[in-house]
Parts: sequence; C-alpha cells; structure tokens
Amino acid sequence: MAEQVLNITNLSIDIPLSGDVLHAVDGISVSVNKGETLCIVGESGCGKSLTSLAIMDLLPQKAIRTVDKLELNGKSILNYSDREMSDVRGNKIGMIFQEPMTSLNPSFTVENQMIETLTRHRNITGNSAKKLAVEMLEKVGITPAKPRLKQYPHQLSGGLRQRVMIAMTLLCQPELIIADEPTTALDVTIQAQILELLKRLQSDFNTGLILITHDLGVVAKIADRVAVMYAGQIVEEGSVYEIFDDPSHPYTKGLLSCIPVPGKIKKGERLGSIPGMVPSLIGKFSECRFAGRWTVEPSKHDEKITTLIPIKGSKYEFSVDGTTNHIVRFCCKHCLERSKSKINKGVN
Amino acid sequence: MFFYAFKRSLLAILVALTVSMISFSLLYISSDPAIAMAGETASDADIEAIRELYGFDRSIVVQYLDWLKKAASGDLGKSYYFRTDVSHLIAERLPTTMTLGLCAIIFAIGLAVPLGVAAAIRPNSIIDRVALFLSVMGQALPSFWFALILIVLFSVNLRWLPVSGSDTWLHFVMPTIVLGYYAAPAIMRLTRTGMLEVLSTDYIRTARAKGLRPPVVLFKHALRNAIIPVVSLAAVQFGFMLGGSIVVETIFALHGAGFLAWESITRNDLPTVQGLILAFSLFYIILTLIADLINAWLDPRIRIS
Ligand SMILES: Nc1ncnc2c1ncn2[C@@H]1O[C@H](COP(=O)(O)OP(=O)(O)O)[C@@H](O)[C@H]1O
Ligand code: SF4
Ligand SMILES: [Mg+2]
Repeated sequence: MAEQVLNITNLSIDIPLSGDVLHAVDGISVSVNKGETLCIVGESGCGKSLTSLAIMDLLPQKAIRTVDKLELNGKSILNYSDREMSDVRGNKIGMIFQEPMTSLNPSFTVENQMIETLTRHRNITGNSAKKLAVEMLEKVGITPAKPRLKQYPHQLSGGLRQRVMIAMTLLCQPELIIADEPTTALDVTIQAQILELLKRLQSDFNTGLILITHDLGVVAKIADRVAVMYAGQIVEEGSVYEIFDDPSHPYTKGLLSCIPVPGKIKKGERLGSIPGMVPSLIGKFSECRFAGRWTVEPSKHDEKITTLIPIKGSKYEFSVDGTTNHIVRFCCKHCLERSKSKINKGVN
Repeated sequence: MFFYAFKRSLLAILVALTVSMISFSLLYISSDPAIAMAGETASDADIEAIRELYGFDRSIVVQYLDWLKKAASGDLGKSYYFRTDVSHLIAERLPTTMTLGLCAIIFAIGLAVPLGVAAAIRPNSIIDRVALFLSVMGQALPSFWFALILIVLFSVNLRWLPVSGSDTWLHFVMPTIVLGYYAAPAIMRLTRTGMLEVLSTDYIRTARAKGLRPPVVLFKHALRNAIIPVVSLAAVQFGFMLGGSIVVETIFALHGAGFLAWESITRNDLPTVQGLILAFSLFYIILTLIADLINAWLDPRIRIS
C-alpha cells in the first residue's frame, strides 16, 4: 500500500459569531498518499480554505478546531506547539494560495523572500541559497531566472508571481503541498500552464498534493482522487473515474450536469452552477442542507442503480458498489431515494 | 529613484515660494510697519518719511521681489525690535528648538511605535487598553497643565530636574516629554491600525505558512509595511513641533524659535515674523520631502516605477 502523507480524521471548525456559531466544517476526514493528487471540490463558502488552513494550524484566531487525528507521515502532529508547527510549515507542508497578486510581500525582492525560507528551515544562506533559488525558479519555467531575483512582486505578472510562489513552496521539498485554488485568479491559458507545472513537479518530487478548486475541469485534468464538499461536509469521495463515471450523491450529479459542454453554451449563460443558494451554516441544521436546490434536471446518471453498503461505525456513510474508496454520505433517506440506490444491508 | 527625488525637490521649491508669497501678502494687508516702527507719538510726516526710507510705499510685487532676492542670499532684513539681523536672530534661536523637536519626536516614536505594535498584536488586551488610555490622556491633557504636573513632581518635590533654562541636557528632559507625549497618540494609533491591517493581509499569511518565526513575521514582514504611513505622519508632527513649541518653550523658558515667534508677533516685528515663517515653512517642506524619500526607499512600488 502507498505511503500515507497526511491523514486527518473528523475535523470540525466552528466560528463563534455574536450569539451564534458558524459550523464551517462539520466532521470531515481526508487522507493523501505520496505522489497522489487529492482534489477537494465544492462551491465557494463550503469550507475548503478553512480546511486547508486547519491542516497548517493557521486558522483565524477566533475559529475553533476540533479533530480526532492529524497525522503527517504516520506521526501525530495534533498536539504540536506553535513552535513545532512552524518547523512543519513551509518545510514538510507547503502551501500555495489563491491570490498571487497579494500573497507575496510587496516590500521585499523575490530573492529575499525565497532565501528566507531556505535559511529558516535548512540553514542555507548566501550564494548557495541563491543558487538553489535560481535552480528552483528555472524548474518552474522562469528563464532566465537570475534577473528575476532582484525584482519586486509588483514588477511581475500574476502568472509569474504564482510561479514564484510555487518555486518558493518547493524550495524545502515538502512532502505535502496544499494548493488553495491556485489558478482561479489567473486567465485561462496561464491556468493551464500552472496546472501542468504543478502536476509535473508533483510527480518529479513525489509529493502529496491537495488541490482545492471549485472547477471540475481542473479536477478532470489533475486529480487522482476527488472529495466533493458541500456545506462543510464531504458528501462523496472516490477516484476521479468513480466520481465522474458513477456519481452517487445527487449533489455530485448536479455538479457534473452543470459542466458546460463545448459548443453548447449559450452566450451570457452562467456556467457550472447549481440553482439556489448555499445554505447558511450558522446554528444547527433543522432541515435538509440542500433545501431548495433540487430543481436540477434529472441527468443520465439518475438512471443507473448503484448498490450502497453501510460503512461500519457510521450512520451516514455508504460505500458504493462494494469498493473501499468510493464513499457517499447521506444524512436522511430522501437522498438515498433520489439517487436510485439499493441498500445492501447484508454486510453490516 | 533619482528622477523621483528630482521631481519631488522641484515641487518642494515651488511650494516654498508659494508659501512665502502668501504669507508676505497676508502680512502686507494686516499691518502697517511704518506706524509700528514710528511709535505712538510720531506725526504723519514721520510715518511718511519711514515709509519712504524703508521702501514701504512701493508696490507689493516690487517689495516681495526685493525681499525674495535678499532672502535668497541669506539676508532677511533687520528686526524692528531687536535691531539685529533677522537671519542672525533665527540662527541663534534655532538650535534650541531643533534639539527640543528632535528629542521630542524621538521620544514620541520610541513610545508610540512599540505600544502601537503591541496593541495590534493583541487587540482588546490589557496592553491595548493601556495604550488607548495613554493616547486619550495625551489628547485630553493640555500641555501646560501636564508640564506643571511634571514640574511639581520632578523639580519641586523630587528635585531631580531643573525647572527652566536650556543649559544642560537635564533642562530638556521635561520639555521633551511634554512635547513628545503630545505627538505620541496619533503615531500610536496609526501604527496600531496599520499593523492590524497589514497583519490580516495575504502576504502575512504566506509568511506564516512558510514557517517563519513570529518575530520575523511581525517585525520584518508586517512592520516594514505598516511603518510607511507612520514616517509621513512623524515628519508632519516634527514640523508641528518646531513651529508649535511656543507653549512648551514659554513654560520652561527655553529661548527657542517658537518663543521668538511669539515675541515678534506681539511686537509687530514684521521682518522677524516673515523670516520665521520662511524658516518654518522651509523646514516643513524639507521634512515632508525627506519623509517622501524615505517612503520611496521603503516602498519599492514607488522607488521602482
Ligand atoms: N475569518 C472568518 N470569520 C468568519 N467567517 C469565516 C471566516 N473565514 C471563513 N468564514 C466562513 O466560513 C465558511 C467557509 O469559508 P471558506 O473555507 O473560506 O470557504 P471556501 O474556501 O470553500 O470558499 C464561509 O461561510 C465563510 O463565510
Ligand atoms: S440526505 Fe436528506 S437531509 Fe441530507 S441532503 Fe439528502 S435529503 Fe437533505
Ligand atoms: Mg477559498
């Protein structure tokens, strides 16, 4: 079995608001193997960014994180002090953010910002650090790299800045990279290039990659495994083939049916969105999380009948067609009925 | 950077000229120097004679150009009251005011910036409240009253510090505290808001995600960006201190330029007033110029554009 880089179990994030609590993330579990790409997809506001910050222990101060297990390479980092966590950040886990325009410090050169990471974690300074920085910039496709070292972020385009961010993240060769919508702010051609780059580097360095996105097109290009997130929960998880060919949760089906087919998009039509609003996550849910959003046309996926096997120890989770990795989560019987599934109770 | 500095300097000279022009015309309108010089008992003929002698009967433009030409070569005319060269008079008084202003701004920055940073790190904590309290006090407390309290405490009761004069550095301690304490609140609040804003930016999140230690994140990545507006403010405050130390200079009998300004205004001593205005505005302009250049140096987006 492949080596597991990250394993996080039963993560919840609550944000206290005046008088109430926002349950931003509600009991999710993810794991990533070496060399594997896990895509977390979901609409904006479903808790993807908070999940990634929770792994780094960089949540906003007021956010409360509860988690059963947080393991890096099989070792628990759950009770690490902030000092111990800062040895992990940027070193064993690297992070790339959505906003390349603002994620680099405007007051320091590329060189300064790259080298300080090396100095911090590897104690490399001066010319040897500079050499490594140049090499890494070349690896992310910035050539010639040397003149870039002396430049400031405002002198670089968005795409270049994101490349610099990626190079900076890779400097210490982290075992896990978390990329939070790394291409969302870039234009389409640059997006494709950056994704190519991430994919190539990830296989070169054999790192685990968690790529967060709301774009299923990105998922199809890069993912090994997919976790579909909705309103703070993971509703379905499986290999990229299982999710695209055999979606079992109505929400996943809805998402897939919203992927625009080239040539069939009418001008001015909104792309890739499910009707209705993401529900408020404040307070406890009294009704269905998908209330008011089930107006999606039945798609071809709805015709297929899948077998769901309840997973031991969990009231809500089912494994699809007996595979171990394809898991779907329902919180009441309505979705089960909607997804035309047959529950096989025999196994439990 | 060189071009930027050149452009800014040119602008500074234009501003200085404008200020001197406006102040010259205001003084020209507001008082008649011939009457003041001639004294109360003078007859109309005496006044007319003085007017002619000093050239007050010429048009304002001619007078201004004449003054400007002389000022450019360092001649600011003679004081009506002290009967000495205005440039001498100012040069004599300036060191005291400069020393006081410099000490006060350093004191203000040294007090306000660390407090502002500490308050921003933990908003609503004890430190934040203490800082807020001090800053409200700084604004509510009239400086003469604050000065009197200090005098009673340190000079009268403890006998640590001299009450007045400007002979040793000990004489400057209380004036520095009074003047500096006055400027501190604004600097502190700007540091605090600036730090709070910068600490929530994406690049600070990046710095943390890189595993940098909190002091590096705070002082290298955050303060460097938050301090940029503080530099401009401190320069403006310093300018105010130079011109506005009248109260403090009077209380502590520091015979600086602020005191001189007050003396010459009450005595209608136009050349001195005009010379002081020129000196103060030049300072002000030079200070903002320096602040802008420091800012440009701190902020590469201005430096390299
Ligand atoms: N600092 C914060 N304070 C209050 N609410 C927050 C904060 N950060 C995120 N949230 C809320 O938590 C939810 C999840 O946010 P996020 O993880 O950023 O979503 P995503 O990345 O999937 O778009 C959203 O409803 C958002 O409004
Ligand atoms: S399982 Fe029930 S409550 Fe949950 S989303 Fe489906 S219909 Fe709504
Ligand atoms: Mg996000």
